[in-house]
Amino acid sequence: MSFKIERIPAPLWARPLIPLMAIVLTFVLTATLILLANANPLDAYYYFLIDPLSSRVSAIEVLVKATPLLLTGAAVTFAFVGGYWNIGVEGQLYAGATAATAIGIHMQNVSAWIAIPLMLIGGFVAGMLWALVPALMKVKLAIDEVVTTLLLNSVALFMVSALLNGPWRNPISQWPQSPDIAATAIFPKLIPRSRLHLGFILALVIIVILWFVLTKTAFGLKMRAVGLSPHAAQFAGINVQQTMLISALVSGGIGGIAGVSEIAGIHYHLIDAISPGYGYTGIIIATLGTLNAWGVALAALFIGLIDTGAQTVSRALGVPTYLGDVIQAALLLVTLGMLLLQRYRITRTRSES
Amino acid sequence: MDRPNAIEMRHIYKRFGSLVASDHVNFTLRQGEIHALLGENGAGKTTLMRILYGLYHADSGEIVVNGQAAEIKSPKDAIAVGIGMVTQHFALVPPLTVTENIILGYTDGFQINLNEAHRRVAEASDKFGIPVEPKALVKDLSVGQRQRVEILKALYRNANVLIMDEPTAVLVPQEVEQLFESLERLRRQGLSVIFISHKLNEVMTITDRVTVLRLGQNAGTVETQSTSPPELARMMVGRETFGVTKTAGKPSQGKIVLELAQVAALDNKGLPALKNITLQVRAGEILGLAGVSGNGQTELAQVLDGTRLVTAGQIKVLNHDITNVGPEKVMAAGVGRIPEDRHESVVAELSVAQNMALEHLDEFTRQGVLNKKTLLEHAKKLIAEYQIKASPGDKIRTLSGGNMQKVILARVLERNPQVIIVAQPTRGLDVGATEYVRGKLLEQRRKGAAILLISEDLDEILELADTIAVIYEGEIMDILPAAAAETERLGLLMSGVKADKVGA
Repeated sequence: MSFKIERIPAPLWARPLIPLMAIVLTFVLTATLILLANANPLDAYYYFLIDPLSSRVSAIEVLVKATPLLLTGAAVTFAFVGGYWNIGVEGQLYAGATAATAIGIHMQNVSAWIAIPLMLIGGFVAGMLWALVPALMKVKLAIDEVVTTLLLNSVALFMVSALLNGPWRNPISQWPQSPDIAATAIFPKLIPRSRLHLGFILALVIIVILWFVLTKTAFGLKMRAVGLSPHAAQFAGINVQQTMLISALVSGGIGGIAGVSEIAGIHYHLIDAISPGYGYTGIIIATLGTLNAWGVALAALFIGLIDTGAQTVSRALGVPTYLGDVIQAALLLVTLGMLLLQRYRITRTRSES
Repeated sequence: MDRPNAIEMRHIYKRFGSLVASDHVNFTLRQGEIHALLGENGAGKTTLMRILYGLYHADSGEIVVNGQAAEIKSPKDAIAVGIGMVTQHFALVPPLTVTENIILGYTDGFQINLNEAHRRVAEASDKFGIPVEPKALVKDLSVGQRQRVEILKALYRNANVLIMDEPTAVLVPQEVEQLFESLERLRRQGLSVIFISHKLNEVMTITDRVTVLRLGQNAGTVETQSTSPPELARMMVGRETFGVTKTAGKPSQGKIVLELAQVAALDNKGLPALKNITLQVRAGEILGLAGVSGNGQTELAQVLDGTRLVTAGQIKVLNHDITNVGPEKVMAAGVGRIPEDRHESVVAELSVAQNMALEHLDEFTRQGVLNKKTLLEHAKKLIAEYQIKASPGDKIRTLSGGNMQKVILARVLERNPQVIIVAQPTRGLDVGATEYVRGKLLEQRRKGAAILLISEDLDEILELADTIAVIYEGEIMDILPAAAAETERLGLLMSGVKADKVGA
């Protein structure tokens, strides 16, 4: 008796089960770690998954946490579908946040109707510009974008740090934090006395646009062709370089919007800890969501749930909040393994006697 | 015969999915004979031999070697019972020397005494009459020399049965002669050879017996002396002649549609692949470009497809310059392209309908939005018209080679292109699909298309072309009307002997 891996796609009915199986398997795997942290895994999962939804306040907080993830997930997806491995959404987010701050602090006597669109455009353009150099290097010189976009993340972070320790240092507190943006530049709250802001609606709109572009437009089909088989796309007369460049730049732009949303919706000023790695989590989300707009939305909400739960679980059971990160990472690994099952299956073969 | 047969394969059955590749095939190889395994692409020749060499496992059936039942589960088992195989794609490590390649995986002990090994390889080279230079690096050797290394490697491992999978496909005629001499000598020393081929002439020249496979079944085994090429052809395809024949032998008087003037281009390594190519194709004419694999055919097709830049010269379609304008404008000029590598011209993960529309997306788009309905109807129409076994939503990669080729054909021919660039159109296709494709090309010729047919299958060129050009090391050796093209003359041209020296 031996095992054989065959390239046979999973039946259609089984496909929705695969992400579910991934989640279950992840929890089985992480149970050991929770036990090592001297907590009851079942209690921990309750706080991770159920407790955040049991009260209105924390349920809204899940949406708040999901907002930047929806945006970075969409950003990464847009690039990955086009065959451009943009690992630099984190840096593009910082570029967008910087632009939003620069614009927002000068909007003292301007109406919100002007201030907010101006910040969004500024953030989008800043994200795009931050993505431009590696994208051009990829398209013109075939320099690996994984390395260049990743390295630029550190550059972005250091530049923000330099700004905050130099020209933008708060003159009163001397903290490395920029002056606040004008009141009119702040995103309106969707629900009074909560942190849920306009950025959430914006993120949903971008998810819908993502879905529309990828599945309904000629450009989306071109992007998919370029991402799946650049040779065949070139042969068919598609401008591979232009298509890849556009998907890289739009991806950077959406990353920039994520930065705007964090500034105008949550912090109101620039600090260097504005993102705890939303750009990287976006990669997890895009992968979990199988580069599909609705999948990305679900994945972002799910990670938002675990992030919210991680805080409750550490308060309630005294385990480190890092456990949430561990679960996310385990989930990614398991999902990648499970995604293989969509295309392959393992069969037992009997050796003939 | 007192000695048992070298190989007996009995009732070998092998299925891949729904395809029966070997349908209860019996095959016997006598001691000291050269036995051809003849058949069309996909007839099951290679499958049967891979089973014998342990690369595949038969679903049922038995193998007897020298009168003893053998269980061959891997090439290691095959080598142990004295079976060696030389495949079309050599299993050699280019940066290593000939000796190192030969002893690779066949050493005892931890240390290698290279001097001793060189000596033994040279000895074997003498003994078997296969000249190789033990200390030469494989990467510096020609294809023919590499093949000799492969043969010697098998013999060095004490093979007394040698399987050769289309050994002449990569050789020029002169190298083929050398190979045949070597095989003949080895046969006299007692080696038994299985010679896979689909070339009738070679089979008639070199073999003692012939087994013909058709659609996975044994269509008969005959003594070479008592058979003839027409009989073998009939056994191969199930009838006397091939199905499609072209209508007229007269050269086309149509206007010149496609014109190449002094075109040069580089290959992927940056070395000159095309030198000074000048060609003209007229309306209603099929120009066949013959040549041994790797003499610039791939690069020429790509240059005309718009996917490779030319470094000099000009390409014109009806006085319209299409030099280095890219695929989109090449297509707009009325050029239809059926490329050598099907998998590089369709997006495997996209659907049949999407691939059919990919070259002309604008026509299926309104203000940037895809019109799903038009896309689907277009696909349905072509599927019906070209008898493609697939539905519009199927991913291309789930299609068979023949159906995939039909998708590409449909995508190109529905537009009635003025020029068709078609490379290796029937490679890997079964008899039915091959005939279908050739029939469609002849139909386009009747409609007045100028067709450049690039093929390494000389039979295909002789069957379809009105005019034949021969390419050798990136140069056009000669251009002659098909009626005047004898196989021998083409063979000489294909091996680089200039036209003015032919017959001299």
